[in-house]
Amino acid sequence: MNLSLTLTINGEQREIVLDDPRVTLLDLLRERLHLTGAKKGCDRGQCGACTILVDGQRINSCLALAISYDGSAITTIEGLAENGALHPVQQAFIDHDGFQCGFCTPGQIMSAVGLIAEAQADGDAERIREAMSGNICRCGAYQGITEAVLDAQAKISTGKERDAA
Amino acid sequence: MNRFEYVRPTSIAEAVAAAGEPGSAYLGAGTNLLDLMKGGVTQPSRLVDLTHLPDLGQIEQLPDGSTRIGALVKNAALAHDPAFAEAFPAVAEALLSGASAQLRNAATVGGNLMQRTRCAYFTDPASACNKRAPGSGCDAIGGENRAHAVLGWSDHCIAVHPSDFCVALTALGAIVEIEGPAGRREVAMTDFYLLPGDTPEKETVLDAGEMIVAVRLPAEAAAFAGNQRYLKGRERTSYAFALASAAAALKIENGLIVEARLALGGVATKPWRVQAAEAVLAGAAPGKEAFEKAAEVAFAEAKPSGDNAYKIALGKRVLARALMMAAAGTPERMPALPASPFAPLPEGVVNV
Ligand SMILES: Cc1cc2nc3c(=O)[nH]c(=O)nc-3n(C[C@H](O)[C@H](O)[C@H](O)COP(=O)(O)OP(=O)(O)OC[C@H]3O[C@@H](n4cnc5c(N)ncnc54)[C@H](O)[C@@H]3O)c2cc1C
Ligand code: SF4
Ligand code: FES
Ligand code: FES
Repeated sequence: MNLSLTLTINGEQREIVLDDPRVTLLDLLRERLHLTGAKKGCDRGQCGACTILVDGQRINSCLALAISYDGSAITTIEGLAENGALHPVQQAFIDHDGFQCGFCTPGQIMSAVGLIAEAQADGDAERIREAMSGNICRCGAYQGITEAVLDAQAKISTGKERDAA
Repeated sequence: MNRFEYVRPTSIAEAVAAAGEPGSAYLGAGTNLLDLMKGGVTQPSRLVDLTHLPDLGQIEQLPDGSTRIGALVKNAALAHDPAFAEAFPAVAEALLSGASAQLRNAATVGGNLMQRTRCAYFTDPASACNKRAPGSGCDAIGGENRAHAVLGWSDHCIAVHPSDFCVALTALGAIVEIEGPAGRREVAMTDFYLLPGDTPEKETVLDAGEMIVAVRLPAEAAAFAGNQRYLKGRERTSYAFALASAAAALKIENGLIVEARLALGGVATKPWRVQAAEAVLAGAAPGKEAFEKAAEVAFAEAKPSGDNAYKIALGKRVLARALMMAAAGTPERMPALPASPFAPLPEGVVNV
């Protein structure tokens, strides 16, 4: 039996037909839609490499059944840059050496974007480390990651203040 | 993962009817169910997706003063709801000490209550496990069992209930609202989970087709808001299951404890309310002496089930510390490291 669903992926509405209900959001993105930015580290919710935003909230796409997310809006790392300009979180990861091999990076960045939107961490490095603990980095780039999130968060909030003024 | 039929009901009645078929399982966010299905631990032939049901995603204040949490409310949304976190700060702290931000954004209240044990033999289909395959034995007994239970275990199963949320709910006397083929009923959290006995595969009072529709915190539970904490000992500061945890809530008047609510996590086969220890505290002056005594009483029946005698000593200290922190007062803001023993101690709290 075929199952159909509608997803808005990085701003574009897609009608998707699945021949198998077992497909996760991660496998849908990577294997069927060829959006390979989200990575499969553990496939079991433990590493955060597959982090994406669903309706603006960060989740692990490996433990999400695609068919269940019918009607959702999804943002992946491919959808962050606007007109070729990097998202402030992407730029901050470069500026602060927030990665080495880069495998965890799309998940780290998506998680950081979600974290900043949650607005729970303010400028406290300890709160940021805690809120990023669902993203494992085998290369141990944690220091740079924390600095990148602090910097991006500050830039995004001053940007918002500027826009409001 | 096995193939399954996917069903998306549009009402509770439809969901209950669909799940009455043998081999069916309810799907919340799937953060536990899909994990277990990927490992071949559970193989449901039908998934009944609850996530599109209307009306189960609200946090409501009822006319009798109780708070009702719909089964589809996300763990993170509940913890960050300002009114909820103010009334039940230890529940919010317990939620925020569990899993990761991504998992809490997805995980539902109903799914959290129904999550399965993290016993490594349960999750390994090649091992003997009475919970997964009744009658096959228990490889945890005599195996790697540092993380297993010291309270409530039997010769058939020594696995710990993994939830943090449920520990705080249990302390505060939460009630589970259930809907099933025979209609609606409600069960106190303390009666909802079953001891393993010789049927560890039967974990809750839910019958086939029954689902959780909501969890309710009674009005009187909010009276403990000023002095309550959750403390969780684990192998790293964040993103790890409890080895020993405690929810402690106190009502303090004129310098004396009027009433206490206590429950333990990570040490027992179900979220473990300790009413005998609560009784010890009623009328006592808050402090090291009373709290250590309560901790002794809470663990009076504890017995190692293997290589885990340390949990008795650890559990007592966690409970006494949680009480010290609760007596010092609920912090104004959620600590940077929720429930962490490594967070700075509030002023006046002595190490126990
Ligand atoms: C890496 C990792 C770390 C974690 N760490 C922690 C931790 O530290 N502390 C902690 O407490 N938890 C932890 N968890 C577990 C997490 O809290 C659960 O996976 C989550 O709460 C389950 O919710 P869900 O909506 O995804 O449930 P599902 O996975 O959808 O369902 C879980 C079970 O509940 C049943 N179910 C779901 N909804 C209902 C309902 N309304 N009525 C009846 N049955 C229902 C399902 O059939 C299934 O059996 C962790 C999980 C992972 C993957
Ligand atoms: S402790 Fe319980 S869950 Fe673990 S192997 Fe034994 S029977 Fe299974
Ligand atoms: S791949 Fe999803 S959390 Fe590791
Ligand atoms: S940069 Fe290599 S895993 Fe994080």
